[in-house]
This record gives sequence, C-alpha cells and structure tokens, in this order.
Amino acid sequence: MSFPWAEQYTPKHPVMQWVDEKLPLPRLVYNAVGAGYPVPRNLNYFWNFGVLAGLALVIQIVTGVIMAMHYGANDLVAFGTVEQTMRDVNAGWLMRYAHANGASFFFIVVYLHIFRGLYFGSYKAPREMVWLLGLVIFLLMMATAFMGYVLPWGQMSYWGAKVITGLFGAIPVVGEPIQTWLLGGFAPGNASLNRFFSLHFLLPFVIAGVIILHIWALHIPGSSNPTGVEVKGPQDTVPFHPYYTAKDGFGAGVFLIAFSILLFFAPNFLGHPDNYIEANPLSTPAHIVPEWYFWPFYAILRAFTVDFFFIPAKLLGVLAMFASILLLFFLPWLDTSPVRSGRYRPTFRKFWWILLGDVAVLGYCGGAPAAEPFVMISQIAAAYYFAHFLIILPLIARFEMPLPLPGSITEAVLATYGKTDGETAAVPAE
Amino acid sequence: MASVEQTDGTGPSGEDGVRRRDFINIAAVSFAGVGGVAVVLPLIDQMNPSADVLALASTEVDLSAIQPGQAIKTTFRSQPLFVRQLTAKEIAEADKVDPATLRDPQTLEERTVDGKKQWLVTMGVCTHLGCVPLGAGEGENRGEFGGYFCPCHGSSYDTAARIRKGPAPKNLEVPKYSFTSDTAILVG
Repeated sequence: MSFPWAEQYTPKHPVMQWVDEKLPLPRLVYNAVGAGYPVPRNLNYFWNFGVLAGLALVIQIVTGVIMAMHYGANDLVAFGTVEQTMRDVNAGWLMRYAHANGASFFFIVVYLHIFRGLYFGSYKAPREMVWLLGLVIFLLMMATAFMGYVLPWGQMSYWGAKVITGLFGAIPVVGEPIQTWLLGGFAPGNASLNRFFSLHFLLPFVIAGVIILHIWALHIPGSSNPTGVEVKGPQDTVPFHPYYTAKDGFGAGVFLIAFSILLFFAPNFLGHPDNYIEANPLSTPAHIVPEWYFWPFYAILRAFTVDFFFIPAKLLGVLAMFASILLLFFLPWLDTSPVRSGRYRPTFRKFWWILLGDVAVLGYCGGAPAAEPFVMISQIAAAYYFAHFLIILPLIARFEMPLPLPGSITEAVLATYGKTDGETAAVPAE
Repeated sequence: MASVEQTDGTGPSGEDGVRRRDFINIAAVSFAGVGGVAVVLPLIDQMNPSADVLALASTEVDLSAIQPGQAIKTTFRSQPLFVRQLTAKEIAEADKVDPATLRDPQTLEERTVDGKKQWLVTMGVCTHLGCVPLGAGEGENRGEFGGYFCPCHGSSYDTAARIRKGPAPKNLEVPKYSFTSDTAILVG
C-alpha cells in the first residue's frame, strides 16, 4: 500500500499506544494523510484540488445539515421556509448563500481536478480505478446538486425538475412510467419534493464513502505527479505531512478567499432571479437554464434538433448527454499512449487546450437561449467533444512522438531547480 | 472440506458427483434470493404515485366565455390544459397542410370532436421536455406557425397544435374528453 521507506507510526503516549492496539484509527489516518504517506516531491498547485474538493464537501455537509434544520419539505411551505431561513433565522442568510455558492465552488474545484487529471494523464494505468471512482463521485454530485436545486421550490426548481425528469421520459416504452415513478406523480409535486429532500440529504454521505474508496485506490500505486514518471526511490518523495498539508493549507486559504468574495459580495451572481418566484405549474419561465455547472451537458442535450433514422431528436439528445459522461469511463483505454504527462506530449497538449476551449464554448451555449447561432455552435462543439475522445486521442497515441522523459522525478526537479554544487543525489536509485 | 468428503467416501454423493449439500446450498440461496427480490418490490413501488395522486377527478371546463381566437389555460391532473376556439382562418391554415409532411401526421379532424372542429383541447405540456408552451395567453408569442411556441427549446406548434419545428417529437397531446353540453366539456 505504501513505499517501503514510508515513515512508521510509533505512538509515544501510553494512551495512544493503548488506542493503537484496540483500534488503529490514528495509524490509518497517519498512513493516509499524515507523515506515513510518501508523495512525489514535485507536485504543483494543480494537485491541491482534490483536497479542496474534500473541503467543499465538508462546507456543503455542514451548511446543508443546518439548512435542513430550518427547512420544511412540503410543497405548500418549502418556498416560504427557505425565505424565512434567509430573513428570520439567525445567520440563516449566511448558511443558505454559503450552501448555494458552496455548490458552485465544489464544481469549480472538481472541474479543475478533472482537467488536471486529463492533462497529466492521471487516469492511466495503474490509476484507472482512481479515475473511475472519481467519475462515480462526479455523477453522484450532479444528482445531488440537481435535487438540491429543486428544494427551494422556486420557478427554476420546479421547471428544472420537470425538464430533467422529462429526460427519462424520452426513453422508448418504459420512459413515461419511469418519469412518473421518479416524480411520484404526473408532474413535480409534494411527493417529488419529499423524496428529493431525502436523497439530497443521503447522497453527500454516499459521496463521502466513495471518496474514501477513491483515496484508497489512489494510495495503492501512490499519487501521480506532473512528470508522469513513477516514483523510483526515497529521494523522489516527501512525507504528505507536513509538506503537502502545508501546501494544501495555502491552497485552502486562497480557495476560501475566492469563496468569501462571491459569498459576501455577489451571492446571487451565479443564481437565477426566477428562482425567487414560487413554483407555478401553469407558467414556464421565459428562459429555463440549469445552474452553470450543467451548461456544457445541457448544450449537448439541446444540440439534437432533427430525427436520425428512426431515433427521435429528443432521445438522441438525451443519449448524447449521458454518453458524454459515460464516455469518460472508457478514457483509460482510449488513450493508449504510454506517456502520461501532457508536458512530454506536444500534440496531445495542443488538443487538450482545444478540448478545454470546446467545453467552454459548450458551456456558453448551454446557458444561452435555444436559438441560432447557439444551436449550430453547440452542434459543432458537441461533435468535436465526442471526436476528441473517440478519434483524436487514439490517433495521437498512435502517431505522436513524445519528448524524452526525465530519468526520474528527482532528475526533473534538479534540472529546473538544482544547483550543481552539493546536490549529487540526482542519480535514480533503481 | 468438500474434496475430503468426496475422496473418503463418507459423504452421500450422486452418480455425477453432486452432493446433498450442493443441493441444499443452492436451494437455500435461491430461496433467500427470491425473498430478497420480493422485499425490494414494495421498496421500489412506494415511489409510484400514491392513491391520493391517482384519485384524480375529471375536470369540467365551461366554454361559453371563450370567443373565436381566444384560448384559456386550466389544469387537468395537475398539469396545464389549453382550450382554444379556432378562427375560420386558423382552421383553414390547419387543413391546408398535407399530414404526410408532418413529423407526427394527424389532421385537425383527428384531433377534435366530430362537428366541433373549432374546439381544440390539448395538454399544455410540450412533448419535448414538458415545459408549458406560450400562446394560450393574450399577446403571447405563438411561434412562426401561429399555434403554440415553447420557449424552453424552441418547439413551434401550428394552429392544430401539431409539432412543426424544433426538438419536440409529438403533437401536443389531446386528452380524452366529451361534450356534456354545447358549451361544456368533461376532460378525463
């Protein structure tokens, strides 16, 4: 599970020795996120985002449990209790704004975490399971965020619930029964609101469980690093604590500053004014859009406007949207290049930037009205998204000539920062 | 264990080497499996609409106040219902279209009650993803085919509420209804 040179947990206090014999939980923590976990010495700041995502989850669970203390999960009172939390409950406004903006920040750090993995090839062997579990977490996050957005029972909540459950209605034959089953009625109503509340409360803890598996799977091969070259000896690593607890601590400070700026100065910047109108089943808001973090997928959903053979456009859009995420589960086997890091893959690197731009364009179109030119742009961008993973990546892996890799992490570090005097440990200990 | 039992000949084994214990094992696990599935059924079924949601009264709609060219928006099974009295011009426009060219081919006759062609009763639920189309209210955008227009993803319906453009796959649904008098319908 760890490198042989990892520091050993040796409790000195008799109480800690007693605990270690009965339940070695402190030992587990020490080996997982303490000095007992050796980490490559060259991690850059893009490696902060896993810990930051964990921090965001903690913020969401704390503020969310508090929100639940003041919330009434009933369609008659839900909207009112959220407004009451905002106006009457002590610091209620802070809890709600922190929870709503916390969701956005959770997605920001997770998207950075995912694109970090895409750039540095973190999904490649032997870390495929880490990637797959990460995608499971991402799917759970999307479900949780969607159901949470329904709870204030505003116009966007209601119509979001209707549109998203309508996606399942597109499935032939069983679609409508599934939609009715999900909603507990023919349209979103009290039954839907109650079950969404129950699941919205449950899923974050499921996410926490899968995060433990994600970290467990990561710790078997150990963390990747910006060179993509595996650890070869003790000189390539430093203990997680204090080196990366300190580095992550700094990252957490920056994260909290950015979070506070949005939370205290523009708490409604990422929201929709329509959600301050109570749900009305008889009136659709002029412009239904999901929260920004769903926009790229929403753009893919709307990109299909004509039937293809016998498949209706509606079903195609739904299939494409789900496929755009499911596709990522196959990524470790689509990108067959043995070189992990984009640093040593000149062609791959360019296409990574194009993909980033493509997803940004999809995001912009997903938030724009369903009209030209956005529909056509989303069609092109959606086609490119699939081409990137299904055609371009396998082709690059076959034809690209990677740059020479450094002999070891230490060699790469010393090539950048090392002085010729003194440091002679640049020899990889193989 | 199993191999010991078989080789020393103490276990009762059939001709093909299948032992009583194998049968008991499979039978017990199968029984527990069927029981497990039986328990899951109510756990899933509780999410289906409850009796009070299903016990939906049919809706009666009074048509007397609706002038030609006007529409009203009411509810049926907690979803919007559009009732429109078509003008002669709208009926002519709907009849002019060859149904074979439509995505969901239907004539206006098929979508209305015999002899009451001017009364168009449809659900106000876009067949794409369930938004309420515009066009029933006074002055709302009725789209380029003069019927209903869904603002969510741009589906346009014609004067017979048939899908003409955009992502929706079907015409606006016509619920079951009957005329109880010349100026009243019973939906459901």
